[in-house]
Amino acid sequence: MTAHCSTGTTLEPPLAILAELTHRCPLRCAYCSNPLQLDPASRELDTATWCRVLDEAAEMGVIQVHFSGGEPTARKDLETLVAHATQAGLYVNLITSAVLLDRTRLKRLRDAGLQHVQVGFQDTVADKAERISGFPGGHPKKLEVARDVTDLGLALTVNAIVQRHNIDRVDDFIDMALDLGAGRIEIANVQYYGWALKNRGALMPTHEQLIRMDERVRARLPELKGRLVVDYVVPDYYGKRPKACMGGWGSKFLNINPSGAVLPCHAAETIPGLTFDRVTERPLADIWANSAAFQRYRGTDWMPARCRSCDQKEVDWGGCRCQALALTGNADNADPVCELSEHHGLLAGITAADGGTAEVPLTYRSFSL
Amino acid sequence: MTAPQEVSVGEDDRVRLAPGVMLRQDRVRNHWQLLGPERVLVLDDIALEVVRATTGQPVTVREAIDALAAQFDAPRAEIAADVREVLADMIAKGFLTR
Repeated sequence: MTAHCSTGTTLEPPLAILAELTHRCPLRCAYCSNPLQLDPASRELDTATWCRVLDEAAEMGVIQVHFSGGEPTARKDLETLVAHATQAGLYVNLITSAVLLDRTRLKRLRDAGLQHVQVGFQDTVADKAERISGFPGGHPKKLEVARDVTDLGLALTVNAIVQRHNIDRVDDFIDMALDLGAGRIEIANVQYYGWALKNRGALMPTHEQLIRMDERVRARLPELKGRLVVDYVVPDYYGKRPKACMGGWGSKFLNINPSGAVLPCHAAETIPGLTFDRVTERPLADIWANSAAFQRYRGTDWMPARCRSCDQKEVDWGGCRCQALALTGNADNADPVCELSEHHGLLAGITAADGGTAEVPLTYRSFSL
Repeated sequence: MTAPQEVSVGEDDRVRLAPGVMLRQDRVRNHWQLLGPERVLVLDDIALEVVRATTGQPVTVREAIDALAAQFDAPRAEIAADVREVLADMIAKGFLTR
């Protein structure tokens, strides 16, 4: 890679790609962060195209691939793609709901080179989990598959998707991860993009709940050292400084959607006026270096004047563009999570209106197999 | 629960790569790395030799230290301190396990 970004420094290749193999998913999660407009099965890239893209990714210096979706195991060619990625030298992660998996298929995936399986859990209590996912019987199935994952020698991550109804059970999530033999837990507070935004008023916790959770997690960290890696996504609606979304736009990661559009982040399609190149039209390395969508917010030149003069500009990279759009109506603004943003006051209004503990009817996602 | 706050490694311990962790040479970035779930750890020359000596074959930490001291013709105490520090850090980060 010899391309240069707008700040004049050499552009590094991405560390990882998120390969969204399909938008199809048997679950109907209220917090789904996929876009409102999903790609139908008829538009999905075929096996040969994915294999070529995986080769291009490895060639340009990508280290890891995350097969995701939707539900990636809905693709019958997943074994082929895992084997191909492995042969290309990529480290292969699978991000799954687990409900379509069984031990036999897991074994085939392991033998094809799969290293790590991340299973999403909606709660630690079956009926509460299944209320969020809209998928009866899902929770015990997830537990069974997660045990098979560790039993087969694969690495397991428990992805605990946290919202107002399970946030008080964060200790139970950690205990569940230990019990399943997971090496890692992701405590992922719901991010309100895509479909999830519809359910913000039904899912967002209170500030008091967040403070309690934070105390519980921090209290457990010392005893978990060397036993369970904890990756902790703090919900930023209550924060003061924005997170470095994607480690900086077009800096470390790229995302390929089911129909082959290459996105700087999973939610970038919500931003109006951006056009995305497709792997069927341009080489991946060329898209990474030169695609207008990647150039748009890469580095610091795009930033509002106040951000450009901030000493944190290369720490948080201005935060999240999709969040700036969702909350201020303009993706060019500073992320309003930043207390220096003139829009920061919006968050207090949103958390006052939508934060809570009440059971509010959920708007389920629906996208059948 | 009496789990230790800091990881410490004894010479009788045996370590191995944690599930889902692999040692890989990155030819694009020109270094060696440990890859794990969603993570990359770049290895310097010392860390690479420690990983190779302790996980490449079924040995105790003591045997690995002996081998490294011989290989690099260095004082054993110095090697032992380096090895135990590198291993403790990698165990704490979840790349290695006992």
